[in-house]
Amino acid sequence: MSEVILKITDLNAHYGHIHALRGISLEVKAGQIVTLLGANGAGKSTTMKCISGLLKPTGGKIEFLGESIFGVSPHEIVKKGLIHVPEGRRIFKGMTIQENLELGSFTLKDDAERKRRMEYVYELFPVLGERRHRDSGMLSGGEQQMLAMGRALMVGQKLVLLDEPSMGLAPFLVKNIMKVVKQLNQEGITILLVEQNAKMALEVADYGYVVETGAIVMHDAAQILKSDERIINAYLGE
Amino acid sequence: MSTLDIIFQQLVNGLILGSFYSLVALGYSMVYGIIKLLNFAHGDIYMVGSFVGLILLGLLSPFLGAGWAGILVAMIISMILVGLLGVFIQRIAYVPMLSAPRLSILITALAVSMVLYNFVMSMTSGEYKAFPVDLGYEGLEFGHVFITYTQIILVSSTALLMTVLHFFINKTMLGKAMRAISIDQDACRLMGINVNSIIALTFFVGSALACAAGVMAGVYYGSIHFFMGFLIGLKAFTAAVIGGIGSIPGAVLGGLILGLLESFGTQLPFIGSEWKDVFAFGILILLLLFKPTGLLGKTEIERM
Repeated sequence: MSEVILKITDLNAHYGHIHALRGISLEVKAGQIVTLLGANGAGKSTTMKCISGLLKPTGGKIEFLGESIFGVSPHEIVKKGLIHVPEGRRIFKGMTIQENLELGSFTLKDDAERKRRMEYVYELFPVLGERRHRDSGMLSGGEQQMLAMGRALMVGQKLVLLDEPSMGLAPFLVKNIMKVVKQLNQEGITILLVEQNAKMALEVADYGYVVETGAIVMHDAAQILKSDERIINAYLGE
Repeated sequence: MSTLDIIFQQLVNGLILGSFYSLVALGYSMVYGIIKLLNFAHGDIYMVGSFVGLILLGLLSPFLGAGWAGILVAMIISMILVGLLGVFIQRIAYVPMLSAPRLSILITALAVSMVLYNFVMSMTSGEYKAFPVDLGYEGLEFGHVFITYTQIILVSSTALLMTVLHFFINKTMLGKAMRAISIDQDACRLMGINVNSIIALTFFVGSALACAAGVMAGVYYGSIHFFMGFLIGLKAFTAAVIGGIGSIPGAVLGGLILGLLESFGTQLPFIGSEWKDVFAFGILILLLLFKPTGLLGKTEIERM
């Protein structure tokens, strides 16, 4: 058994009076791809935001590499080796692709390492390398997603949270993105993936959690979830 | 004097005036760019900078003299001190208001402005203070136009400061983080950027630049006054709007345009120099009517 690198216990979060997370518990083991499935508004993105520190949870425990990161500021969490690629990409439009990647390596002090990682990202996504000095706002949705993921790979992170990487993308692009997710995982990066496209997510994931109205209603190995009738009816729609 | 001489003379005057406007406008624009605050206390930072420069010159001139060496050292030290004052003001007055409605923080800025100029007023009994410099009146003569070395040095120093700022904003990681913060603060947090310290840094840089302008204005005009920040604050705001508020090259361009328009405006028939403020704010009104985003500004998309 590989070690658990992220352990969430009974996580609660509120948006004003709305009780968005009602006791989420989950575990991510090193080297896995774990996916959170669920409908719009179920609490998947909220969970991600609590992990990366963007949203302050109201109760529960979050441990990363055996250390509590509950309520720690996001820029401190990044330094511990966890990065969040948020929903909607959130790239720095108006800045060049290269500048976006450089900002991804903000916590990196070593210039040679920064160059090396940038070449690695350009190798992974050649289209970014070709346009490195262009305004990132000119990129298509798929390319922006690549940039957002590339930005997250600029410091050797242990855990990457990917929130809806396939959102608004054409099917062939979704396939491409998922291929990269798989590749990154094979290179040793652990991934927590939020997806509305449940079929695609279960295809790449090792383990899955199903979130409904702020709570985990089901979890199992991805292979088993894929053939579970309730999942097929609710999320796979076949 | 021929018309050509007048044009050239006004060009020089306009460039000097414009340099001061630009330096102050830069701080206005940078702060607006990152936290959407119209920092109405910024003109008073310029005024305080001028007084800090005056005090330091008084302390340093026994050792360094009242020439450029003393001015340079005094200016650098005052820029650091006033930069820190800017950060201090941001921490105690603006940080607690960041999540409040935008109007509250605007009113806070007005209050900070009043605190600053009332403090200086009470310390100086509201009197004009002579700037203790001795630079002589040598210069270069071009036909009927005379430019003093002081004027040349002031304009070149402004150009130098702007070049350093340009390099800082575009080539260093901290500068890039500043630009990124004006685009998406949460995304910056996720990159490991400590947003609060970058905002503090922006206040430091903006206040230091305003201070430089304040010291230079003291050197140029020879006397300073507690209320000198009010009008230049409004002018710098106008300059920032002309250039497109939030845009750094826009602030420089807006300041220079405003300075030049003001100096040339005084030469128009029936319009004397007493009309130059009317001229400046008239331009502001026209611009707000016809191109509210400014010359280099981008159309802002309201996001949630």
